[in-house]
Amino acid sequence: MKIYVCIKRVPDTAARIRIDGTSIDPSGVKYVVSPYDEFAVEAALRAKEAKGDGEVVVLTVGDAAAAEQLRAALAMGADRAVLLEGEVGMDGLATARALAAELKEAQPDLVLFGMKAVDGDQQQVGPMVAELMELPCVTVAAEIELEGDAVVAHREVEGGVEVMEATLPAIVTMTKGEHEPRYASLKGIMAAKKKPLEQKAAQTGESRLRVHELSYPPERQEGRIVGEGADAVPELVRLLREEAKVL
Amino acid sequence: MSKILAFAEQRDGGIRRVAHEVVSAGAALAEQTGGEVHALVLGGQSVADAAGELGGFGAAVVHVGAAEALAEYAPDAYASAVAAFIRASDYDTVLFPADSLGKDLAPRVAARLDVPLAADATGLDASGGELRITRPTYAGKVIATVSIDATPKLVSLRPNVFVPQQRQAAGEVKTFEPEAGQARVRLRERKAAQGGAMDVAEAPVVVSGGRGLQGPDNWEMLEQLRDAFGSRAALGASRAVVDAGWRPHAEQVGQTGKTVAPQLYIAVGISGAIQHLAGMRTAGTIVAINKDADAPIFKVADYGIVGDAFEVVPRLAQEVKSAREG
Repeated sequence: MKIYVCIKRVPDTAARIRIDGTSIDPSGVKYVVSPYDEFAVEAALRAKEAKGDGEVVVLTVGDAAAAEQLRAALAMGADRAVLLEGEVGMDGLATARALAAELKEAQPDLVLFGMKAVDGDQQQVGPMVAELMELPCVTVAAEIELEGDAVVAHREVEGGVEVMEATLPAIVTMTKGEHEPRYASLKGIMAAKKKPLEQKAAQTGESRLRVHELSYPPERQEGRIVGEGADAVPELVRLLREEAKVL
Repeated sequence: MSKILAFAEQRDGGIRRVAHEVVSAGAALAEQTGGEVHALVLGGQSVADAAGELGGFGAAVVHVGAAEALAEYAPDAYASAVAAFIRASDYDTVLFPADSLGKDLAPRVAARLDVPLAADATGLDASGGELRITRPTYAGKVIATVSIDATPKLVSLRPNVFVPQQRQAAGEVKTFEPEAGQARVRLRERKAAQGGAMDVAEAPVVVSGGRGLQGPDNWEMLEQLRDAFGSRAALGASRAVVDAGWRPHAEQVGQTGKTVAPQLYIAVGISGAIQHLAGMRTAGTIVAINKDADAPIFKVADYGIVGDAFEVVPRLAQEVKSAREG
């Protein structure tokens, strides 16, 4: 069982983002593995543990600094890592091409993604890779299980859960489920330094989604305190009805 | 003259509100560029009956692909049908909703057509000749203005941002034989969730709770407030209460949850961490109820009440209910 997990280096969610032209200023920003990708790493490690054998490989497209996030995933327990060096922009299809080219060579049984990266917020690379590889794909799964030659994925949808099934090889994008991503132990961190991390050039191709401008969202006007306690409720309801017109 | 296609979502044979939004956004773009907007509806055999209503939102033609396999959303069947329809036509721009269906479907169609996708857009502007798309990134901390160097240009639109507008157009219904794709995934089971079916990312009203509610048993109070708004409201939650296991992740609002833009967002007992504010700051009207007058949530709230949620929320539920009934 060969499981690939595609991860992304992103600014920490608590980071203040400063704009620098058509990109962001990385100075002073702490970078992390995108939180949904950590769920995917956890799911991959659990699937391997349940199976009793296999290999978990973490894969990313990015600049050399992304090795830091691959090492973090290795410290969690992944066996080896591949860094496709190249530019990652807002064109998810360009990123998907680079990943698909590598995955076609690697022939994994299962490929996991986080459901989205918390920087671009586009939620598109996983299903795009699946289409480029003509593989089955389930998005936004909270849990997965391997059953024989199939993966069973529990998918969060409006109003419930869908249990989907796909024959391997398949692609699943993960959201938060029951299992918190494990912390890397000191032993894990030491071991990660010795695990293989292969670097090669990414075949991203040209980005066809052009960024013209980045700006900060308009500041919301600071509102007013209507009052204190339950006595303020009638005035709030009046404002919602007559001023905001949302009732 | 530009040709715009709006993917119009149905459920149980009825056209969804989000479809009115997408068609209206397409019609506005068509007005700007002197073109026309068509709608594309996929569904079961009876879907054509409802499809004509999209003419009332500006659709010149409503293309309907009906098949039993399309009655409910199925990723591979929908992706095949939509991609084949677009390939056989000459649209410049194709719009999708960025709801849970659209977020699954649009990337698949984009990859099949070998064109990029600008996802979860909050603005479209073609006044300069070229389509400029604005979309939030970093969970709304930064707004990007982008364009696409390919045809057709695929864009998905954030729910609740583009307002449905009545525009009379022909709305001529034309049926076509949808291309049947090979199903790569199988649905084994569908389990209904507890609570309402309205998703927090799509609901026009969101009642959201945080750690200030002190425990999962106190959510009954929020459910009553939600119900006071009728069926268009959904519950939301802060990351802290989801991490604590009080509420399901599906309700989480913020950078590691859902980004929402409802007309009304009511934050109860939520202090307003940066990750949470990022996920709800584009709401139309924000109300904060918190006993800490210095809570950061009051910085973004239009209206605030400083006070104990256990006193304020039941009273608010009661007053909203009578205001709506009265």
